Amino acid sequence: MSDVTLQIDGKQVAAPAGATVLDAASAAGIVIPTLCHHERLAPFGGCRLCVVELESRGQHRLVASCAHPVEPDLVVRTRSDKIDRIRKSLVELLLAHAPDSTRLKELAREYGADRDRFEPAEGFCVHCGLCVRYCAEIKKLHAVGFIDRGIRKEISFLPEIASRECAGCKECFPLCPTSYLQAAYVLVEALAFPPPPSTR
Amino acid sequence: MDTQAIARIIDKYHGEPSSLIQVLLEIQADCHWLPGEALELVAERLRVPMSRIRHIATFYKAFSLVPKGRHEVHVCMGTACHVRGAPRILERLTDLTGLQPGETDLELKVTLETVNCLGCCALGPVMVVNGKTHGKLSPAAAADVMKTYE
Amino acid sequence: MSRVEQRLTSRDALEQAIRTAASRRDPKKRTISTCGGTGCLACEATDVITAFRDELEKQGLTAEVEFRSTGCHGFCEKGPIVVVDPEETCYLQVTPKDVPEIVSQTIRAGKVIDRLLYVDPLTGAKSVRESDIPFYKNQKRIVFGPNRKIDPQRIEDYLAIGGYRALAKALFDLSPDEIVAEVKASKLRGRGGAGFPTGVKWEFTQKAPGDTKYLVVNCDEGDPGAYMDRSLMEGNPHSVIEGVLIGAVAVGSHEGYVYVRQEYPLAVKNLGIAIEQAEELGLLGKDILGSGFEFHLKVHRGAGAFVCGEETALLMSLEGRPGEPRPRPPYPAVRGLWGKPTNINNVETWANVPLIINEGSAAFASIGTETSKGTKIFSLVGKIANTGLVEVPMGIPLRDVIFKIGGGIPGGRKFKAMQTGGPSGGCLPEALLDLPVGFDELTKVGSMMGSGGMIVMDDATCMVDVARYFVDFLTEESCGKCVPCREGLRQMHRILTRITQGKGRQDDLAALEQLSETAVEASLCALGKTAPNPFLSTLRYFRDEYEAHINEKRCPALSCKALISYYIDPARCRACMICLKKCPTQAIDGGKKRIHVIDQAKCTNCGTCLEVCPAKFDAVRKLSGVPVPPPPPDDQRTIAGKANEP
Ligand SMILES: Cc1cc2nc3c(=O)[nH]c(=O)nc-3n(C[C@H](O)[C@H](O)[C@H](O)COP(=O)(O)O)c2cc1C
Ligand code: SF4
Ligand code: SF4
Ligand code: SF4
Ligand code: FES
Ligand code: FES
Repeated sequence: MSDVTLQIDGKQVAAPAGATVLDAASAAGIVIPTLCHHERLAPFGGCRLCVVELESRGQHRLVASCAHPVEPDLVVRTRSDKIDRIRKSLVELLLAHAPDSTRLKELAREYGADRDRFEPAEGFCVHCGLCVRYCAEIKKLHAVGFIDRGIRKEISFLPEIASRECAGCKECFPLCPTSYLQAAYVLVEALAFPPPPSTR
Repeated sequence: MDTQAIARIIDKYHGEPSSLIQVLLEIQADCHWLPGEALELVAERLRVPMSRIRHIATFYKAFSLVPKGRHEVHVCMGTACHVRGAPRILERLTDLTGLQPGETDLELKVTLETVNCLGCCALGPVMVVNGKTHGKLSPAAAADVMKTYE
Repeated sequence: MSRVEQRLTSRDALEQAIRTAASRRDPKKRTISTCGGTGCLACEATDVITAFRDELEKQGLTAEVEFRSTGCHGFCEKGPIVVVDPEETCYLQVTPKDVPEIVSQTIRAGKVIDRLLYVDPLTGAKSVRESDIPFYKNQKRIVFGPNRKIDPQRIEDYLAIGGYRALAKALFDLSPDEIVAEVKASKLRGRGGAGFPTGVKWEFTQKAPGDTKYLVVNCDEGDPGAYMDRSLMEGNPHSVIEGVLIGAVAVGSHEGYVYVRQEYPLAVKNLGIAIEQAEELGLLGKDILGSGFEFHLKVHRGAGAFVCGEETALLMSLEGRPGEPRPRPPYPAVRGLWGKPTNINNVETWANVPLIINEGSAAFASIGTETSKGTKIFSLVGKIANTGLVEVPMGIPLRDVIFKIGGGIPGGRKFKAMQTGGPSGGCLPEALLDLPVGFDELTKVGSMMGSGGMIVMDDATCMVDVARYFVDFLTEESCGKCVPCREGLRQMHRILTRITQGKGRQDDLAALEQLSETAVEASLCALGKTAPNPFLSTLRYFRDEYEAHINEKRCPALSCKALISYYIDPARCRACMICLKKCPTQAIDGGKKRIHVIDQAKCTNCGTCLEVCPAKFDAVRKLSGVPVPPPPPDDQRTIAGKANEP
């Protein structure tokens, strides 16, 4: 496919059609923070840390660069006061779940996020979906999945599959941005107290 | 529910994986919940991973993974009912039954549930018990309605 | 009445069927239309319908009188509704007991039964004809009006009013491009929320590369307090089907889906019957009207998730997945259902299409404002005298909808705000009531058209609580995929809850504004992007209420339970002992001829005493932000003379 030329932070960048803005930026050596993105997985667009500002036909709007396809003559900014403000908020929201996550602390330093801005929220999981998607898309095992929705959404291992597969794999654990322990912990719990298959 | 009945539902949808939600709705309507064995059969016949079935069964409000009570009480919490006093109706019912929304008592008599809008806004506040609508309620009237169900 | 059963294999056959169906409807023949919409059914309309069938039978009138059970007439407040034609006599709140009298008096003797007529609450004047009732008189019912004239379970009723003629025109007179051009020229904008120009959307799908294209009808209607899509689907499903068929011809689609909430069983049923009957007549399926065109329509029931009204979540759900929205672009018009170009429109949008094709785009575009054309159906609910569905021309001032059609605020209370646009719409104050109804007009003032809910609030409604209510709703309904919505709403909900509980902090408004910006700018789908609207609009127009809650721990509307106290005015208490007996916590001290006093330590603020205190005494008060006055000294608590007669 032919290349598309766009402008990122004032730089002319070429990217293959079908690439995302994040791909194009990375290729040009421009760093955009991400959390839920993984090169080997389909774009998800959950954490929104990768927001960038687009200018097209005179309009400005924020989009998640990890899921937004490149378009010819797109003008992209990866840093601005607004972008930084929003990233700071997002990190603060995530810190309410996982105040000790190394990755989040790093981001907090960069964007000046206050770990006590919001009241603590239950559970370390920030629902980036990396474990779930890795297991489904790469391993095709579906040993871990999401249940419920909204603020009650959780990850949950399927004991029947997990007891068979996870011990020999554990490939998703290091992907977890909050604490590599979260996924492992839920797994152990699921195996130690397997719920009847039909309940959560 | 026997396996054959479930198999019939699945056949009706030609075993199409995309019919998962429709199949689950029919099982839910027949059994008033989604029994584990039924889900396993669905997973196998529709060739969808169990993780997706569990996500769907918990994502959509129509489904329940535990049995429901004999009487299903739905209190409307839609906006029209809200401004006309639905929270006080619900409060009276939770006091009366000792149940929080979404809960079923141990004897499986009553399931108390809230819904977002029943589209009977003219009658608000409204509750539906076993499919029958009771409108223009006061907290006391709601309690009286409940007492008629055994 | 015998059914049209034969497959219609040509346009002439359709015309013939329309003529036959219409000729069976002698305009002079007595016709009884009883509303069998969900609202009326909840008020025992089923019994009224059965009573009519029995009574007509008993009095031997089945041949002479046409009886129809229809969809919603709109005036649900006064249901069950019965209209007798040709005189158009409209009876309200009819019970089965009234039926024999209606049949013998009105049908046989042609007399009007006074007590069943509409009475104007202000003037006491009665209206005989439906169209004289102010609720109807000020409407323009071009989409919703036919509901009253047809039994939705009989396709010949739809044919009798010229149904499927627009389809024939689309199949035989117009090219797909001409149809698209016509819809574009009508300036019809989507009725499902965003108000996107329908013709432009069709063109995208039409031009998108690919042979397989899908059409989808969005009948998810999860907005609490809105039910116009349901009433259209229940009452006139063929108008939606016809609209879809025209769209199918235009974009070149051969398969479509109707996504209906399972909470709407009657809509699912009537739609199913309509599809079946349309298939029997060859109006759906292969070789429609002998044109060679093929289109199949399937029903998919939603399983209870508001977010599935969002188009990409809806597509996920159609594919049998959890309803988590996907990033756009790619837009459904390019890559939708199973990766194929897909055109999604709202129920009401589709129902407008036959009208445009029949009457022409110019006629349609002559109604409304510069940027909003045609009519819109609103569901007018809340603290309003005439609850119901109203169809008004775009551009009508909000004030007319509330006062002329809605009959104003009941109970002698004052109007405070009108909430439009569903859970993520906004609340507008009195000062904006002269605003003309339109997409851009509403957006400009911080609300939106949404799918057409209009919720009226009076001065007893607390605007902070309203914001909390909607944010609570959206928190429950967020799919949970993205952080600004899931986590942002979680925190917004906490903060708003604590403000209504009198625990608000000085920096809470700043935190809410920060969370709002994050959700608006960074959320994946429009649920999160619009979720802060209820907060932002109430802050914009009712900031003083937030400040009262936070700074003075006072709820000006006397509504937030944690901020009010109940108090018995000693000067008004007549010691009738009613509240004393009814108080569930025995918090009231009193006795015969002894002024009652509430023990604030025991009172749970349940409000029962206020509810039961006889109106002529009206002794119970709600207080907020002020200390409860101490009870009168013991020696002043005795009431002399006659006291305890309620
Ligand atoms: C959270 C959310 C809920 C929605 N719910 C509905 C709905 O119930 N019905 C509807 O027609 N559109 C709904 N929409 C709008 C749809 O996404 C879509 O814009 C619409 O169906 C397009 O049809 P239209 O162009 O005819 O309006 C919703 C959007 C969002 C973000
Ligand atoms: S457990 Fe970790 S990897 Fe899995 S969804 Fe949660 S935060 Fe992401
Ligand atoms: S904005 Fe809310 S509903 Fe939409 S994708 Fe994000 S979490 Fe889901
Ligand atoms: S508000 Fe309720 S608890 Fe308090 S005094 Fe009145 S009836 Fe009793
Ligand atoms: S990296 Fe783009 S949304 Fe998470
Ligand atoms: S349901 Fe009967 S008038 Fe609306």
